[in-house]
Amino acid sequence: MNSKDFAYLSDILRRRSGLLLKQEKAHLVEGRLAPVMRRFGFKDIASMMRELRHGHESLASAVTEAMTINDSAFFRDRKTFEEFRDIVLPELLIQRAAKKRLRIWCAACAAGQEPYSIAMVLNDSKLTAQGWTIDLIATDISSEMVSRAVEGLYSHFEVQRGLPIRRLVSNFTQEGSNWRISEQLRRMVTFRVFNLLDSFGWLAEVDVVFCRNVLMYFDLKTRASVLDRIGEILTPDGSLLLGPAESITGLATEFVQAEHAPGLYYRSKMPPLRRRATA
Amino acid sequence: MKHCLVVDDSRVIRKVACRILEDLSFATEEAEDGATALAACRRAMPDMVLLDWNMPNMNGIEFLRALRNERLGDRPIVVFCTTENDIAHITEALGAGADEYIMKPFDRDIIEAKLAEVGLV
Repeated sequence: MNSKDFAYLSDILRRRSGLLLKQEKAHLVEGRLAPVMRRFGFKDIASMMRELRHGHESLASAVTEAMTINDSAFFRDRKTFEEFRDIVLPELLIQRAAKKRLRIWCAACAAGQEPYSIAMVLNDSKLTAQGWTIDLIATDISSEMVSRAVEGLYSHFEVQRGLPIRRLVSNFTQEGSNWRISEQLRRMVTFRVFNLLDSFGWLAEVDVVFCRNVLMYFDLKTRASVLDRIGEILTPDGSLLLGPAESITGLATEFVQAEHAPGLYYRSKMPPLRRRATA
Repeated sequence: MKHCLVVDDSRVIRKVACRILEDLSFATEEAEDGATALAACRRAMPDMVLLDWNMPNMNGIEFLRALRNERLGDRPIVVFCTTENDIAHITEALGAGADEYIMKPFDRDIIEAKLAEVGLV
């Protein structure tokens, strides 16, 4: 891909998804776009890029989806799920004991491994049987990924990355060499195609936001904007979970990192008593 | 350094598994069937056994049952690594005392993930 096409692609990705396309990733671009090129019948990348400049909406959408990062795994970064199970969830169960309702949002769910992992943790707590209503909402910019997540069918490689064998046996059924998530877990998650650059208003109030390994692909302005809008929908005592290696220092003053729990953030205006209790 | 006994009747599989495990800082030892593996465990109990199912001279599940019945001190972690990829076999293995289960074909990521499950990496 020539430098002008690369610059145009970078610009369109940034505008449509916030994705920051770095020059050092240029060698990966053609491989990622090859399936789109074939699907739309272009003979080479250059002709596809020419058409993209003419405002071909479905092509622009397909190109954006193809360039987003979809790598995921069940229980990726195990410590995050331990923090959710051992710190975030117990506190919220106390705070919401009267309403018995929790809203959890996975902001970039890829093929569904993260929300299904959360569903398994929630299932362990048997909250539904105790009368709790759990709204587990999972979104991704890629319609293809959301379709895969709804389908809930995973290869034998995917179910062996992060998923303990006992969870596989108790939560999946075998279909040939693939494994399908149980209907009970599938029904716990509401999936939707959603671009993090769009308005978060439809989410209303959310108690926990998982936004892991997403912000790192955005430029600073987009990161700050996403964090601001998460701040608007997160309940005052809600929690934000980022990837353990992600830092938002200097980007969002409304969040403060929990002590001894990398990647876990609370609202900075949360009562100090509770913050100490979680340390 | 943790010690892993790799039990498989395929020399190639043993070599591939040993290479991955050694990259992950394990000391490895090989056995080509269950009987040889049991003798090795009686000599020196490994921290972990990576275990195939179908082998001559005592298959994997027979080895596991014999191992769990032995009174040889520390209980090694046993991870099956087999082409027997159906729920019935997995359930049987867990019932016999397996700690984890790898469905072949495997790669380094899978072995590393499973070792993390059992707390060895």
